[in-house]
Amino acid sequence: MTTGSEGGGALVELEHLTKRYGPASGRPAVDDLSLTIPAGEICVLVGPSGCGKTTTMKMINRLVEPTSGRVLIDGEDVTSLPAVELRRRIGYVIQQVGLFPHLSVAENVAIVPKLLKWPSQRIDQRVDELLDLVGLEPATYGDRYPAELSGGERQRVGVVRALAADPPVMLMDEPFGAVDPIRRDRLQNEFLRLQARVRKTIVFVTHDVDEAIKMADRIAIMQVGGVLAQYDTPEAILAAPASDFVERFVGADRGLKRLSLARVRDLPLIEPALAHSGEPLEELRRRLHDADVDYALLVDDDNRPLGWVEADQLAGDGRLPADLATPGAPLLNPESTLRDALSAMLGSSVELGAVVDERDGVIGLVSVDQIAEVMRQPARVAADA
Amino acid sequence: MPDQPFLRLDWIVDNLDEIGFRTLQHLEITAIAMVIGFALSMVLALLARRWRVLRGPTIGISGMLYAIPSLAAFGLLIPFTGLSLLTAEIAMVSYTLLILIRNILAGLDGIAPEVLEAADGMGLTAGQRLRRVELPLALPVIIAGLRIATVTTIGLVTVTSFIGEGGLGYFILNVGISRFFPTAIYVGALLSVALAVAADLLFVWLQRALTPWSRARITV
Repeated sequence: MTTGSEGGGALVELEHLTKRYGPASGRPAVDDLSLTIPAGEICVLVGPSGCGKTTTMKMINRLVEPTSGRVLIDGEDVTSLPAVELRRRIGYVIQQVGLFPHLSVAENVAIVPKLLKWPSQRIDQRVDELLDLVGLEPATYGDRYPAELSGGERQRVGVVRALAADPPVMLMDEPFGAVDPIRRDRLQNEFLRLQARVRKTIVFVTHDVDEAIKMADRIAIMQVGGVLAQYDTPEAILAAPASDFVERFVGADRGLKRLSLARVRDLPLIEPALAHSGEPLEELRRRLHDADVDYALLVDDDNRPLGWVEADQLAGDGRLPADLATPGAPLLNPESTLRDALSAMLGSSVELGAVVDERDGVIGLVSVDQIAEVMRQPARVAADA
Repeated sequence: MPDQPFLRLDWIVDNLDEIGFRTLQHLEITAIAMVIGFALSMVLALLARRWRVLRGPTIGISGMLYAIPSLAAFGLLIPFTGLSLLTAEIAMVSYTLLILIRNILAGLDGIAPEVLEAADGMGLTAGQRLRRVELPLALPVIIAGLRIATVTTIGLVTVTSFIGEGGLGYFILNVGISRFFPTAIYVGALLSVALAVAADLLFVWLQRALTPWSRARITV
């Protein structure tokens, strides 16, 4: 295991882990579980309560000792170190956060670096850097007590406290479970952005399948009795559930769920037929005839969409009047998920969406049919393109 | 002596040295009892926390000690330790145990479990967890216990005048009651109450000074 400034992640291997509470004959909490988590990936353990997901996670930092089997981090057995030393090298975030109420935000973040006896100047620098990283101004927040923070702020402090000593591995037990859905979504996005920078190996426990699909590079679906039901990428699990249990667990709407894994930029964009007010109708009719679509997109001088013009509306000679268009073309961002794109398009009368760049200029179209096609594809969607 | 005035100021002035001495002695007996009582309570409370089976007996025995009338306690101890400061302190210490042990345990029990889980998960040793997390967080409740125990002890010290100690109790029993001299009773009682109030305020201040976090709230 290495530590250093943003030292990335480590390979985590669980080998035939079994945990039995009580008699050896009893039903195990975790049953012969083997998983390999590549360095820098988020592995989400998900399953109903009683599936042993939290027990599995706690065997990595030895808050729970396995009955049999072992855990390797970068090839090194976790029992080769004293448990407390091991834990200082593994970040730990829990649902209730568990900030120390008697210590300020800065002191909370500094705990593990202090245990590791970093020089105080380095600790101060690191604390400021981390608070900045999650948008908590160190001068404002550093001296506050946890009781003076909102729920979301506390959660952020909990995450950076776990990152303080730059551990290669982080364990997160329902870290966003106690915040309301809107804040949770924001915290999840923020965390994914953070992870894109720090590239830790993360073991993330949740009971929420949507959260698992959103956060995971790989999902381990567990069922009661600590049995691993399927371990694969979210796309592969949604496209081909390994068992009835997995299929039921991911839900009947798994086709829709797959849409939240793919983004508009993953689709081949349709060439739009652009219309400008005042141009000759005949010319526009010809252009629309050549294009693949039934509607022309009326745009302003900066290429910003104004509305749709249907082929039937273009009879006669004359020029295109400015008020002819049906307003309300859904504007899609290349980063929008297909799920969001679909719902935007279904809300409009034309089954097309205009994909726009950051200045709202149109760069292409997508259609409801294209998205339906993605849902029908049995193979994986190019989600990580 | 019906013509004796209510309060003999001249007696107070004549005996200022003695009053000062007895006040200090009162504080000394209290302080010794509190220091030993607190140390003993801390050890017993931590043992009771480490081994759950000890919890019932620890509380039970300290409760029984608390219930023994102080005069009876002296009577039982005198055959072994005589009319001495030691006898007085044994009784005083045993009266502090119940309040202190219960408050230390209540303080430690009141810590949110997720805080302890976070401490373990971050790699604090058991000793670091106790010193850096558990005791600081239990401090408000522990200080509340010290406050009650100290005020109670200051009152009880006066009773030790029966075995020749007593601090300010000397004025109440040996001067005031024995020689029917009310002024001495007033002096002893008022100073004892004043000490108790001062100790109470001291602990209130101490709690505020040591646990600024316990008053922290969202201010926005």
